[in-house]
Amino acid sequence: MALLELRNVTRRFGDFVAVNDVSLSIEAGEFFTLLGPSGCGKTTILRMIAGFDQPDAGQIFLNGADLADTPSEKRPVRTVFQNYALFPHMTVAQNIAFPLKMAHLPRSDADRMLKEGLELVHLSDKADAYPHELSGGQKQRVALARGLVNRPAVLLLDEPLGALDAKLREEMQVDLINLQKEVGVTFVFVTHAQVEALALSHRIAVMRDGRVEQVDEPAKLYGFPKTRFAADFIGHINMLDAQVLEPLHGQARLAVPGIGDIMASHLHGVPAGSKGTFAIRPEQVRIGIHEEIQELKNHFRGTVRHFLYRGDVTVFKVSLPNGVIMEALLPNSAPGRAELFEVGDSVSVGWRHDAGVFLRD
Amino acid sequence: MRRGWGLWAAALGVYAFLYAPLLIVIVYSFNDSRLNAEWVGFTWHWYGVLLHDEDMLQAIGNSLFIAGVSSLAATVLGTMAGIAMHRYGMKVLTFMVLTPVAMPEILLGVSLLLFFIQVLNLTLGFVSIILAHITFSIGFVAVIVRARMAGIEESIFEAARDCGATPWKTFLYITFPLILPGVVSGALMAFTLSIDDFVITFFTAGVGVSTLPLRVYSMIKIAVTPEVNAVSTLLMLLTLTMIVLATRFSPEVLRGKA
Amino acid sequence: MNSKVRSFFSRARLAKLTVSGPPFVFLLLFFLLPGIIMVIASFRYPGEFGGLAPIVSATPETLHGLTLETYRFFFGDAIYARVLFKSFLVALATTLICLALAYPLALLIARSPKKRRDFMVLLVILPFASSFLIRVYAWMILLGPQAALSQALNGVLGALGMAPVHLLFSPFAVLAAMVYVHLPFMVLPLYTNLEKHDPTLLDAAQDCGANAWHRFWRVTFPLSLPGIYSGSALVFIPVLGMFAIPDILGGTGDMLVGNLIKEQFLVTRDWPFGSTLSIMLTLTVLLCVWAAAKLGSTRGHYA
Repeated sequence: MALLELRNVTRRFGDFVAVNDVSLSIEAGEFFTLLGPSGCGKTTILRMIAGFDQPDAGQIFLNGADLADTPSEKRPVRTVFQNYALFPHMTVAQNIAFPLKMAHLPRSDADRMLKEGLELVHLSDKADAYPHELSGGQKQRVALARGLVNRPAVLLLDEPLGALDAKLREEMQVDLINLQKEVGVTFVFVTHAQVEALALSHRIAVMRDGRVEQVDEPAKLYGFPKTRFAADFIGHINMLDAQVLEPLHGQARLAVPGIGDIMASHLHGVPAGSKGTFAIRPEQVRIGIHEEIQELKNHFRGTVRHFLYRGDVTVFKVSLPNGVIMEALLPNSAPGRAELFEVGDSVSVGWRHDAGVFLRD
Repeated sequence: MRRGWGLWAAALGVYAFLYAPLLIVIVYSFNDSRLNAEWVGFTWHWYGVLLHDEDMLQAIGNSLFIAGVSSLAATVLGTMAGIAMHRYGMKVLTFMVLTPVAMPEILLGVSLLLFFIQVLNLTLGFVSIILAHITFSIGFVAVIVRARMAGIEESIFEAARDCGATPWKTFLYITFPLILPGVVSGALMAFTLSIDDFVITFFTAGVGVSTLPLRVYSMIKIAVTPEVNAVSTLLMLLTLTMIVLATRFSPEVLRGKA
Repeated sequence: MNSKVRSFFSRARLAKLTVSGPPFVFLLLFFLLPGIIMVIASFRYPGEFGGLAPIVSATPETLHGLTLETYRFFFGDAIYARVLFKSFLVALATTLICLALAYPLALLIARSPKKRRDFMVLLVILPFASSFLIRVYAWMILLGPQAALSQALNGVLGALGMAPVHLLFSPFAVLAAMVYVHLPFMVLPLYTNLEKHDPTLLDAAQDCGANAWHRFWRVTFPLSLPGIYSGSALVFIPVLGMFAIPDILGGTGDMLVGNLIKEQFLVTRDWPFGSTLSIMLTLTVLLCVWAAAKLGSTRGHYA
C-alpha cells in the first residue's frame, strides 16, 4: 500500500479547474516531484495534502486513512514554504522547536530532537540567531529543520530553492538528496525547474493544466516521454511529424515529410499508418563530416545555420533539405574532435535506429 | 534636496504658530498674577492652589480612572476589530469602527445621550462616560493594529498551523507577540484620547461626575485663574509622555492616522 | 464528503465570529443603535419636561406619536439653514487656511533626510497631545484685551484714528482657534502623501525645462491631491460639528450648528429638534464626503 494516495482529486476555483481528476500513489521513503509550469495545479495539490485547502471531489489517503476530516494542524504532514515563513520574533532554535512545543513533548525529548534537528542542517552554531540575521541558504535550512524536527510522515516542499542563486541552488540540491536519504522521510517536492526535478527525484509527475501527463523515473521520463508536452517540457528535443510505414517487432520505418524515411525503435503495438511525432534529443543526434556519419542507420546532409557555445557543449542548429531544422549537441571535450563547424558549413547529422521515440497523436 | 529658504521660513513659521500659544500657557502658569496678561514674577503658587483644589483633584482622579478602564476595554475590542478587519475585510464592521473617528464628535455625544437616557434609562455617570469613550477609541486602536497585521507575512500563520498550532495557539505564540507593539501603542493613544476628551464627555457625564476637561471648561467659563494654566501644563506633560511612548512602540502612529 | 466540507467551514467561521463578534456587538449597541434612536427621535414630540414624548401614551391628552413637526420647524425658519450655511463657510475657511499653512510644513518634512522626518512629525503631533481645551484656552490668553497682540493692534488702530477692536469673543477668534486646533490633521495626511513622491519625477520635469513654480504646480501639487483630500476631510468634517470653540471664544452672534445642537439638548431640552439638527448636520457631512469622493475620482488616477 502506498503511503500517500490521491484518488480522483479535483479542485475548482469558480470556473477555473486547478486540479482535474488527479490520482497519484506516492511510496514511503520516496523523493517524489510534481513538475510543471505555473498554474498547472502542483501547488494546489500540495496545499490539499497539507490541509490548507480541501478538494471539491476525490480523496486523499495517508497510510490508508482518509485525511478529509483531519485539520492541517493534526496531520503528520509538514511543509517547507517557498519564502521559508520563519517566525521573525523567534530565534533559530525556537523556530525549529516550535512544532515540538505544539506537540507537548516532554522536555528531555524535545531538547534532544532540537539538538538533532540543528545538527542535521549544520546550524548548531546559529541556534540563537534571528531570521533577519541569516542568509537565504541558512533560512532555507532552518525551514527544513523545522519541517523535519518531529519526523513527519511526509514533508512537502513548495519550490524551496527558487530564491537562491544558481551555485547555492546546486549545493542545496545535493544537501537535499543527502538529507532525504538520511532521515528517510517521504518528500513531495514542487518545482517548475525540470533540471532540478531530474536531479533530485526518485519519480516525477509531469503536470499540465490540472492533469498528470506522465509519472515515471527521471531517466524513463527523459528517455521515453509519453506525450509531446512531457517531451518538450523536459530538456530540449527535436520533434518531427511522422507517419508509421511498416512496423515489425517493435521497429518501424517512419515517413518524415521533408527528410525522407527513417528507422525507429520502441514502437510496440503501433499499427501501420499511425500519425504522430518522432522525438529525439539533441545529444542523440551526432554531427560531423559525411564520412563519419554515414555509418549510422539514419543520416542526412545539411547546413549549419546557427550554433550556441555553452562551455561544456555546443549546440548546432542544422537545416536539412526542405527546411527542417534539427539541433545536435557536440561535447567540447570529446577527444579527436579538433574541428568545430562554422555557419554555412556543410555537415551531416545522424542517429542510431534505436534513438528517439515515436509519440502517437 | 530641494530646500529653498522660503520653504524653511514658512515651515518654521508654522512650527512657531503651533507652539507659541502652548508656551504662553506654560510660562504664565508660573506667573505671579491673577491675570494672564503681563509677566510679574516667578511663583509656584498656582501649582499649590491646584494641589489643594479638592474638586480639581477629584476630577483628575476620575479622569485617570475613566481613561484606565476605557482604554483597557477599547484596546481589547480594538485589537479584535483590527485583526478582523485585516483578515476578513468585513465592510460593516469597518464602517462601524471607523465612522466614530471620522464624524463630528457632537453627533456621537448627542446620540449616546439620547440612547442612555431614553432607551437604557441609565443615570449619567461613570458608566455612560466609559462606554462613550470606548466607542470612539476602538477606531484608533483598530487602525494601528490593522496596520501592524498588514506588516506580517501571511504565510507565517499557515506555517504555524503547519507546525501543529491550533488557531488559539497561533494567536498566543505568533500573532499576539508580533502585533504587541501596535497594541501597546493603541492603548496609549486610547488613554490619551480619553483623558483629553471634552465634547463627548460633555454630553454623557451628567451632573455627578466631573472629569479634568469638564472642570477646565467650567473654570474657563466662570473664573479664569492661572490655576488653569498649571493644570494644563501638567496635563500636557502627561499626554506628551504617552504620545512619545506610543510612537516609540509603533511608528505607524505617525503615518497611518488617516 | 459533505461532513468534511462542513467541518472545515465551521472551524473557520467560529474563529471569525470570535474575533469580530465582540467589537461588532459593542459598536452595534453603542454606535449604530443610538444613531437609529436619534433618527426616530427627530420624528417625535418633545416631552413635557424636556426630553422626548412617548410614542405610545396611556393618557391620550399628552403629546405622543410621530410627526414631521421638527422638520417643518427646521425648514420653516431660514435662520437654521443660515446657521448651517455659516458653519459650512467656517469649515471651508478653516480648511483652506489649514491647507495654506500645512503645505509648506508637510513639504519640508517630506523632503528632509529620513532620520529627521519622524522627529519632525512628532513635533507636529505633540501639540495635539495637549487637551483640546488647553489649546483653545491658549488662544483666550493670546487674544485677551491685555495681551500683547491686542495691545499692539489697538495701538496701531488708535494711531490711525480708528476704534479699538476686541479680538476675543469674535469670529476672528473662532476662526483662529479652529485653524490652530485642526492644523495637525492637515499636516499628517499631506506629509504621508508627499513622502511617497518620486524625486526623480521632479528631475525629469526640470530636464524638460520646467522652473521651480511649474515643477510644483504641475508635478508636486497634482500628485498631492489625494493627501489634500484626506487632510481636508479630517479638518472640514470636525469643524462642521464644532461647538466648544464658538462657545468659549465666540461672541453671542457667533453660534454654529454645534452650538444650536448643544442648546437644544442641554438647555432648551427640545430633544426632537436637537435630533433634527443633528440629522441635518449628518446629511451635510455625507453630502460633502460624497462630493469630495466624486471630485477625487473624476480627477483621474495618478500613479
